[in-house]
Amino acid sequence: MQNKKKKRLVMRISILAVLLAAVSYTIYSSVVGEERNLVKAGDQAPDFELTDLNGDVHRLSDYEGKGVFLNFWGTWCKPCEKEMPYMENQYQKFADQGVEIIAVNVGESQYKVSNFANKYNLTFPVVRDEHKDVMDAYSIGPLPTTLLISPEGEVTQVITGEMSEEMIASYMESIKPES
Amino acid sequence: MAQLASISSTLLYTAFVLYLIATVFFAGSIKSKKHTNQIGKNRWATIGITITIIGFAAQLGYFITRWIAAGHAPLSNLFEFITFFAMMLVLSFIIIYFMYRLHILGVFALPIALLIIAYSSMFPRDVSPLIPALQSDWLFIHVSTVAAGEAILAISFVAGLIYLLKDVDLTKGGKQVFWLEAVLIGLMLVVGFIVSSISFSIAGAGAEFSYVNPEDQQVTAEYAMPALVVPNEGELLTEGAFATSLEMPAIVNAARLNTVIWSLLFGAGIYLLIRLITRKKLAGILQPLVRKANPDLLDEIGYRSVLIGFPVFTLGGLIFAMIWAQIAWTRFWGWDPKEVWALITFLFYAAFLHLRLSRGWEGNRSAWLAVIGFVIIMFNLVAVNLIIAGLHSYA
Amino acid sequence: MNELVCKCGHVNKEGSELCLQCGRTLTEQAEQRKTSDVMRYEGMARRSQTYKRSVIDRIWNFFSSVKVGVWLIVITLVASAIGTIFPQELFIPRNIDPAAYYEDRYGLAGKIYYVLGFHNLYGSWWYMLLIAAIGTSIIIASLDRGVPLYKALKNQRVERHGSFLKRQRIYSEYVTDRPVEKLEEIGAGLEKKKYKIRKENNHLLAEKGRFSRWGPYVNHTGLIIFLIGAMLRFVPGMYVDEQLWIREGETLNIPGTDQQYFLENKGFTLETYNEGQDSDVFDATLQRVGPVAKNFQTDAVLYKREEGDIAGSANREMEPLFEQPIQVNIPLKFDGFALYQTDYIENEFHTMSFTLENKETEESFGQFTVDLFNPEQDGLYDLGNGYQVEMMGLYPDFSGFEDGEPQSASPLPNNPAFLFKMITPDKPDGEVAFIGIQQNLEPLGENEYALSFSGLETRDVSGLTVRKDLTLWILALGGAIFMIGVVQGAYWNHRRVWLKAGEDGKLYVAGHTNKNWFGLKKDLSASFEGTDLAIPEDHQELKDSKGTAKEEQERGTTGQHQ
Repeated sequence: MQNKKKKRLVMRISILAVLLAAVSYTIYSSVVGEERNLVKAGDQAPDFELTDLNGDVHRLSDYEGKGVFLNFWGTWCKPCEKEMPYMENQYQKFADQGVEIIAVNVGESQYKVSNFANKYNLTFPVVRDEHKDVMDAYSIGPLPTTLLISPEGEVTQVITGEMSEEMIASYMESIKPES
Repeated sequence: MAQLASISSTLLYTAFVLYLIATVFFAGSIKSKKHTNQIGKNRWATIGITITIIGFAAQLGYFITRWIAAGHAPLSNLFEFITFFAMMLVLSFIIIYFMYRLHILGVFALPIALLIIAYSSMFPRDVSPLIPALQSDWLFIHVSTVAAGEAILAISFVAGLIYLLKDVDLTKGGKQVFWLEAVLIGLMLVVGFIVSSISFSIAGAGAEFSYVNPEDQQVTAEYAMPALVVPNEGELLTEGAFATSLEMPAIVNAARLNTVIWSLLFGAGIYLLIRLITRKKLAGILQPLVRKANPDLLDEIGYRSVLIGFPVFTLGGLIFAMIWAQIAWTRFWGWDPKEVWALITFLFYAAFLHLRLSRGWEGNRSAWLAVIGFVIIMFNLVAVNLIIAGLHSYA
Repeated sequence: MNELVCKCGHVNKEGSELCLQCGRTLTEQAEQRKTSDVMRYEGMARRSQTYKRSVIDRIWNFFSSVKVGVWLIVITLVASAIGTIFPQELFIPRNIDPAAYYEDRYGLAGKIYYVLGFHNLYGSWWYMLLIAAIGTSIIIASLDRGVPLYKALKNQRVERHGSFLKRQRIYSEYVTDRPVEKLEEIGAGLEKKKYKIRKENNHLLAEKGRFSRWGPYVNHTGLIIFLIGAMLRFVPGMYVDEQLWIREGETLNIPGTDQQYFLENKGFTLETYNEGQDSDVFDATLQRVGPVAKNFQTDAVLYKREEGDIAGSANREMEPLFEQPIQVNIPLKFDGFALYQTDYIENEFHTMSFTLENKETEESFGQFTVDLFNPEQDGLYDLGNGYQVEMMGLYPDFSGFEDGEPQSASPLPNNPAFLFKMITPDKPDGEVAFIGIQQNLEPLGENEYALSFSGLETRDVSGLTVRKDLTLWILALGGAIFMIGVVQGAYWNHRRVWLKAGEDGKLYVAGHTNKNWFGLKKDLSASFEGTDLAIPEDHQELKDSKGTAKEEQERGTTGQHQ
């Protein structure tokens, strides 16, 4: 009898535990919501290949061993415009230290993008994602969004929104290869 | 095709008249001295059911001819849907009648079907073309199953109402008497709506207003009845039409509120007139009709129609609905108000069945639940379309 | 544990109401309860009611109660209804702050609605918790009742004690000279009505439709499967919901497909019904409500990217798979995905043409066309004979000047504006003109030349919803099982008739059904035909008619019943 009672208790506990786990998971995921889809810190950065304004092809995997500061932007986006000169300044400092900037324009014409690049004298590669598939690969929502990619190709941080020059400097510092 | 459409309208009118005549015969059948139990064979009832079947055939004719004329199942607006619902109600009644041969059911089911048809004809009756979202075979599959399910469930309301008229002791007063009368007054308000609509349309008392809607756009509103309330910043466009200066806020659909107020006034007027003349409550007037009714059989019929109707409703209102929603709206469920109210109807009848099956709610309680269920169905049918805007507002 | 030993010697579990062996009532309490209540679970002990010791048992018992279950249903029902009072957040315009929207539109009531979180009621944690509680209740209540019920019906005995028979709603005793023969006769009649007959020592049990008793458990299983399907929606990868805006002529990556699939929009069509063209029965409606949409259609070509290509690659190979018009109600389906026609923007600006003119002589020096999405890379438009226009700036969604510079609010050509430099033989340094819709400025002084707007090409943008839902088949399975269970439980009835040819020479007949007593009585009257016995009495009806008779006497009306 005692044995039977024990068995019953174990059975009840396990059923209730399974139910509780399932419900908690569901409610947790629904509260956390969309963010789960985004490429996030710790993920391997999806590879891509885009052409810059001079017609040179840039492939992310070619930059292995370098830190990559991957910035998604648009010409109409004010915060993007504001942080461009800061990025250019910092690029001058960090380019020799093994940190590369790739600025991915999302879906605009060569004319608009090169006008913009000329206006700010950008020296880092500015590439165009015409079919928006790199944007999709990184599940980019609002612009600007910046991803910091370590020399090993791992995303170390995702920054949504505008950055100050100090922030940019410290971010670039953080992905500097050790040498 | 226009000619076919007009034949179709005539058939519907014929059906209406036939149901009316059949009601008279069913009323005669329960008066008959020989039939104390109100079931079994009876000449009056036989004539009554025969006329009902002919009426149903006429309405089926309306449905088929309109289908041919329109090129699509005539279930795409409120008029068509409510008419079809009434047709299914009559069909359910015919089926239940042949199962139980209970004459008193006809005395209540047919007038309710009549009321519903009259109500439906207050909406625009034109054959309307199908918008892209409705261009699917699922229109017929989904809508007809929902209507059939709701109609069978409505039979449980009819049985429940008769049960309560028999069961509730009017001499003692109390909550049950109050609510029973309230249900009957509710039916009276529908009559008020129909009478007021017809009278004002004959008198040509409509008007047009230009007003500002919640999106701050200047639009026009059509009034079918003299304006007791005026829309937000409304300006009367029809010369010589009656209008008060009682202005409503933008979110209130003043034209509809105006119709509701008139329906209430007419309904209340008719109700008071009846009470003054007969010196009885509505329930009191109807009670002699049901004196000989067998409560056990009514309870059985009420429960049985829920048992038959619940799966049909679930199939049409939830399962078929979800399949079509997945095809047309990309998702099987989107918390559209109509969907939510279908879920509420489902939950309500699920609760009904649990209370009955597991907690032994029979007789009086079960009859009340059937009445509440019908109120929910009517709310979903009418109010959700007219008050709460959503994807289903096609009328 | 207390056991209940019946008079017949059978040992029953604690909580039992009827003896499993002979059907005798076991306790005083059970004696008092209504037969229909006792018979519901065959008088078996519902285990949940027997142990109330630990916390776990208490939780278990809480969810096992039908009363609790019904309350959960009612609370969910009321909550769902509240959610329809005002539109949910997902139905209100997206560009407005919800807090302001509810208050502005619905006043204080709207504000309260928003503050209480009812604007997102169906996604709220407490609504989900309610659904989860219903799910839990379904599982536990079904386990608690289904298992003992199954055991009781499986071990059913033919022989039942007289007291069990006497308790039934349909019950009669007959004094007859040949009880055993009559028993056989009625049994044969019931067999014709498709009852299964079992006989033991002058006892007979006729039974039909037992499987209808499993209906509730089957439909509950279906519901649980459905709820599991709904839960799996939250597992990453099971569900994709994306929007794809695609212009006529564009080829774009289909979001959510891991850059595997691309779509080309070859053209978008919007048709409306027309008087004269479409059936004349629609005329009245068209006159009353104005234009009615007839068709939204995107002629689409689906492409698949070659395996191993990486995102963005310009020289990737795309293999066209098939071409299909996407219409409302006819989605394009591939590889678990479906593309639905859900939205459109008509006549978006695509190219704009300008003519260069001398203001005074109105002489024209040629025309050029700017593709708003792909202008000349260097912005130069050569008109020949030394006339040239240089586009210095393009502002697709012009929103005003900031520090003297034209601004664009978005990359969409909602309000295009241009900054042009007109280079002509007499003005080799060029004249600058700013041209926008209903706006022409000459920022650097009066010009001799002007650009006039001379042409516009537009195209439509199709809005497609990209959807993948791997939970659909689970939901469909759950729904199907639910329907089977509901129909099984609702459209069939479990009917039983017990017959006993007593040693006292009497024939005892008792009948029970879980529902539809009318049907049981019909079966009985068919099988009693030719036995010269009246069909057994329905004691509930007798009780009722006695009640009615009493009532009518009190009121002074004559008892006309039966």
